[in-house]
Amino acid sequence: MQKQLLLGVEAIAQGAIDSGISGVYAYPGTPSTEITEYIQNSEEAIARNVHRTWAANEKTAMESALGMSYAGKRALVCMKHVGMNVAADCFMNAAITGANGGLVITAADDPSMHSSQNEQDSRVYGKFALIPVLEPSNQQEAYEMTRYGFALSETVGSPVLLRITTRLAHSRSGVTPSGTLPENHMHLPENKRQFVLLPAIARKQYKLLLEKQADFVKASEQSPFNSYTDGEDKSLGIIACGITYNYLMEHFNGKCKYPVVKVSQYPLPRKMLKRLLRECKQILVLEEGYPVVEELLKGYPGQENISGRLDGTLPRDGELNPDWVARALGLPATEETPVPEIVAPRPPALCNGCSHRDVYKALNEVISTYGEGRVFSDIGCYTLGALPPFQSINSCVDMGASITMAKGACDAGLFPAVAVIGDSTFTHSGMTGLLDAVNEQTPITVIISDNESISMTGGQESSALGKIESICKGIGVNPEHIRVLLPVPKNHEELCQIIREELEYKGVSVIIPRRVCIQKAARDAKKSKK
Amino acid sequence: MKTDIILAGVGGQGILSIAAALGSAALTNNLYMKQAETHGMSQRGGDVQSFMRISDQPIYSDLIAKSSADIILSVEPMEALRYLPYLRKGGYVVTNSTPFINIPDYPETEELMKTLRALPRQVIIDADQIAKESAGNVRAGNFVMLGAASPFIEIPFGYLEEGIRAIFSRKGEEVVGMNLKALRAGREFAQNY
Repeated sequence: MQKQLLLGVEAIAQGAIDSGISGVYAYPGTPSTEITEYIQNSEEAIARNVHRTWAANEKTAMESALGMSYAGKRALVCMKHVGMNVAADCFMNAAITGANGGLVITAADDPSMHSSQNEQDSRVYGKFALIPVLEPSNQQEAYEMTRYGFALSETVGSPVLLRITTRLAHSRSGVTPSGTLPENHMHLPENKRQFVLLPAIARKQYKLLLEKQADFVKASEQSPFNSYTDGEDKSLGIIACGITYNYLMEHFNGKCKYPVVKVSQYPLPRKMLKRLLRECKQILVLEEGYPVVEELLKGYPGQENISGRLDGTLPRDGELNPDWVARALGLPATEETPVPEIVAPRPPALCNGCSHRDVYKALNEVISTYGEGRVFSDIGCYTLGALPPFQSINSCVDMGASITMAKGACDAGLFPAVAVIGDSTFTHSGMTGLLDAVNEQTPITVIISDNESISMTGGQESSALGKIESICKGIGVNPEHIRVLLPVPKNHEELCQIIREELEYKGVSVIIPRRVCIQKAARDAKKSKK
Repeated sequence: MKTDIILAGVGGQGILSIAAALGSAALTNNLYMKQAETHGMSQRGGDVQSFMRISDQPIYSDLIAKSSADIILSVEPMEALRYLPYLRKGGYVVTNSTPFINIPDYPETEELMKTLRALPRQVIIDADQIAKESAGNVRAGNFVMLGAASPFIEIPFGYLEEGIRAIFSRKGEEVVGMNLKALRAGREFAQNY
């Protein structure tokens, strides 16, 4: 078949389409966003009417996918690593219920936190849930392992976690696809109680999951994606997980003189690792994220001959790259030209003309009367308000936490306390926090800076569109304290006045400055011209 | 043959269009390629880069190692310097001369140009100007840049022309022609530099 140039995430998307999925469920998050976008734009997926609308958050996405799996059809769920935290309740329990139709969850991790709050390692989630984890090492594998993942999921009756990292997700290479499979027919689970996790049933299901562990290890040992390649020099044995395999092979041009275990499927292939430990003097573990494998092999007393991220051979944090791996292999360091001092950092900034700028300008002016430290925010383009010239916000922890942290701080006595949240983040996980505040009449001021799009990730459609006021009214916010206006320079005074009034109001206030994202407006204008 | 290219610029300047042309050139000629890029946060006026690797042998790492890039191709002059640690001995820096000033501590233009001119192997080109002259459209500037880099990349020039043709053919012969003119004008400039 024709080779295509695909990003790692696009390869997963094509792999899923070719696996006969009936639905993809996801919330945007770098570096996973393009999986769903690719499926949304795919002629094949459109022709088959594959479900491909964005979900309100990763929890609803995970749950809906499980529902599709329950009905016997194949579903793909996609999220970035922190999205796993939102999906976790369903994810963990889906391991207990098991899958009916193939269920593959793609977690796209972001080591070095290129655009995230942390660099948590999703392989740990796989281990936590006791399910197989697939970790492709290149774009072709990303395609093939997605297909393999759906088949494996149905063979073992378990969801499967597919883990990638930014450098594979957003790297393009030639991928040769294989044919397309038809979708499954709808068929309900044979075991009518499989999905009912009452304790009496859940205990049985859990025992089944525990029994499956040996099968998972056997599958890893027979996996075409794990391998033991012998080498003459046994002074060192190398375990290379996922993308790190490439960094290793880069230095040996594909033929390493040391024995290498390539790990792309977990649980770990026990026989291969035991052989490596037996035959080699020193072991080097290359893995992206947490030192999961290294720590396991080292054991508590700390087996001396295992090296990796824990003993300083590799950095403990941040992504790996060919240079770090070269150093770990003891290869001679190359002389680098330093970056000239005149090169200044160029951090991302709010676009010129962005509506968030007008909001922060007004907020800064008003809040200066009360003193700093009282503006809680979360994840979106508006997080950039933390940087100069605005420096308006004092917290960004997780989606929705703007409202709930403002509430908690207010409960502690901080008044006024302000939350700045976006439209899509509001429906993602701000609504429940607002409900708490309304039920307790906590006097916080919530600013929903509504640019009618999920902007940071590229302008996806927001679940909140056209619904924010009615949601706030439905939750019980006093309609007189739901203030909507257009955030433009000529309305600056009006916006300041509204903020001033609502800060003083001893109840829940919601201010909605609304103006469509300037990037989205430009894209839409371009499209309508065609 | 192998060639490792670092594309550099500021979010929104369209370095990925250059990458697309190179990628198309590689694919149609059955070369191996890997191209790593930045998404998300960097778009908002931040620095962006793409690591482009093309070879007639299988390529392993998506990232380019330090001191091994054959060329830094930058659409912005200060950004060209940010990747110097990746440039190999004997490697080239090909950069647009028009600064994109969206930060308060952007260096003085004269100091910036002095630092660039002091590099052992460089081409500094006013891509906007040449795009206007050759193609009549400043938006072809990125292909002027690709043309200017072409003498130092181990990819036959014909492949690059094919690559541009393949990407823009659906936009019509006029657009293809415009971008090819820009490409050739850039190459000519670099060859006479």
